Amino acid sequence: MTTILDPTDERKPVARQITARTGTLSGTIGLLDIRKPRGNVLLDELERQLKAAAPGVTVKRFAKPTFTKPCPDDMRRDIAGQVDYLVEALAD
Amino acid sequence: MTEAKPGFSLTSLAGGTHAFPAGGPSLVVFVKEDCETCNTAAPVIEALHRAYGDKLQVLMPSQSGEASGVFAARHGLTFPVLDDAGCKTSFDWDIEIVPSVFWLNPDGSVLKHFEGFVRAEWQALSAEIATSLALPQAQIDWDALPAWRPGCGSRHLYPEIFDRLRAEASGDVLRARRIDIGEADDVVEFMFDQGFSDGLPLVPPTPERVLRMLGGTHRAPQDLIAVVPPNMGEATTEKVAINAVMAGCKPEYMPVLIAALEAVCTDAFNIHGVTATTMGAAPVIVVNGPIRDRIGMNKGLGALGSGNRANATIGRALRLIVGNVGGGKPGGVERSTLGNPMKYTMCFAENEERSPWPPLHVERGFNKEDSVVTVFAMTGGPVHIVDQESREPQQVAGSIGLGLESVFLPKLRNLPVDTLLVVCPEHIDTMMSQGHYTKAQLRARIQEVTSRPLSEMVASDTSGAGIPKATAEKMGADKLKASAPKFAGDEYIHIVVAGSDAGKFSSTFHGWATGEIGSQSVSRKIDLG
Repeated sequence: MTTILDPTDERKPVARQITARTGTLSGTIGLLDIRKPRGNVLLDELERQLKAAAPGVTVKRFAKPTFTKPCPDDMRRDIAGQVDYLVEALAD
Repeated sequence: MTEAKPGFSLTSLAGGTHAFPAGGPSLVVFVKEDCETCNTAAPVIEALHRAYGDKLQVLMPSQSGEASGVFAARHGLTFPVLDDAGCKTSFDWDIEIVPSVFWLNPDGSVLKHFEGFVRAEWQALSAEIATSLALPQAQIDWDALPAWRPGCGSRHLYPEIFDRLRAEASGDVLRARRIDIGEADDVVEFMFDQGFSDGLPLVPPTPERVLRMLGGTHRAPQDLIAVVPPNMGEATTEKVAINAVMAGCKPEYMPVLIAALEAVCTDAFNIHGVTATTMGAAPVIVVNGPIRDRIGMNKGLGALGSGNRANATIGRALRLIVGNVGGGKPGGVERSTLGNPMKYTMCFAENEERSPWPPLHVERGFNKEDSVVTVFAMTGGPVHIVDQESREPQQVAGSIGLGLESVFLPKLRNLPVDTLLVVCPEHIDTMMSQGHYTKAQLRARIQEVTSRPLSEMVASDTSGAGIPKATAEKMGADKLKASAPKFAGDEYIHIVVAGSDAGKFSSTFHGWATGEIGSQSVSRKIDLG
């Protein structure tokens, strides 16, 4: 582990922050299957519940070529261009 | 009676823990395995141990890690050889040389201390211990030993070890928030993600590096150097040092950086406005005086360009402080329409040695032997003035004047706007070819050749800038015949010399709004402690 000293006036926390929440659910939601066994089952159920809870949203499904490697850059850009939110079904 | 040495508790090669002080007189000897003098001393220490037995606690903190066992076996040592591989005890005891010998009272205060191997010192020590313990002297063949051997440097003083130990012991020195970056995170990428960067990679400001940087100034780490707009963040010496590390500075640049920061954070310079303006201004730092050569600044070939660490990193560090401590970030308070590359860095030294004129800092009231920074708020530059043909002083000075027409817009005159003119040595030589040509003459020549009738400033179909048509009509034809020079006064023309001997290319920086509503150039003497 490397320790560095904060170069700022320290008025903001340095921990990585989660993206600000909008409070509403609309637009396009992507569901990314990383290709671990039965990830699709989890995402099927998530899609069903999302559509029930928020009928206006569009759901798009994606799947990585393999869970063993990072998502290819082209695919990342493709997903980013198509969706407003992304849910990644990690594994197991 | 001396102050007691710090207590310690170290593990011996045999695995037991040995504490100091332990309630009786002791002999503590710091060694490292690859030190020849330590190897000379080891049999003597063993002999002392055998002679004085339980009445004298002999402890040997060894700096050599696993090799300490080799050392102990080589000399058949029967007293505790202690593991000080991390050198913390060596650091705490503030030794410099090994072997470092301490004969101590039961309370840990020092009776006698010496370093290296001076036979007479060791012999005297043996005798004094024997006397104090009322025991016969240790039997040592002193004549077989060398009369004198210097010791070796203590391992804890190796820079990489010393900086770490100093950082660990620095709880009361460094107060900036510590950010632990996980193994899986790339430190450089993390710093980009946090917005610490100006767009280029940063050197990670580890506590070790920051402590080293603080060594470049006499200012205390928590001294407040400046309050930095726009967020009015407090730039302590420590915060300055952190940003200096990130920028790539050497410790000896710190005094220059501190003076530059103090200068830009004055009301006169107005770094808030300089940062915020859509026109895209940036501080240009000119350094004068002996410090230029002491820290290896570039004043000659390529002085306004890349390749010199001091020039590049002092300017960069200043900009990082304004962004990180002051919060002036592009897209936030910084609102430049286009920005300019000087927002990365712009710092150079005046070539005083190649100048026939008083250098900038002397003109501004300092002594020649003072080291001084001067900061200017500039929106453009360096813009070249190319004249390879002129051979008369008035010609080359005239060309320099014409080169300044483009400040703001060629059509605009009578501007209350600074320019920083950097005259190259070949243009200097031409100006001086018929006798001394003063800075005042050059300023007057610039104003002379740029003077035009006000009528040329009136808004037209070619350009709507300048005197509005309605205003011009009210002024009348006679008033419009009056002539106006480029600058509202000679004092707006700042002149320095820089560059190499070859090339007839002077250069100018174009200013921003000058004066109380904008920015005024500020000089600060560099505090070298």
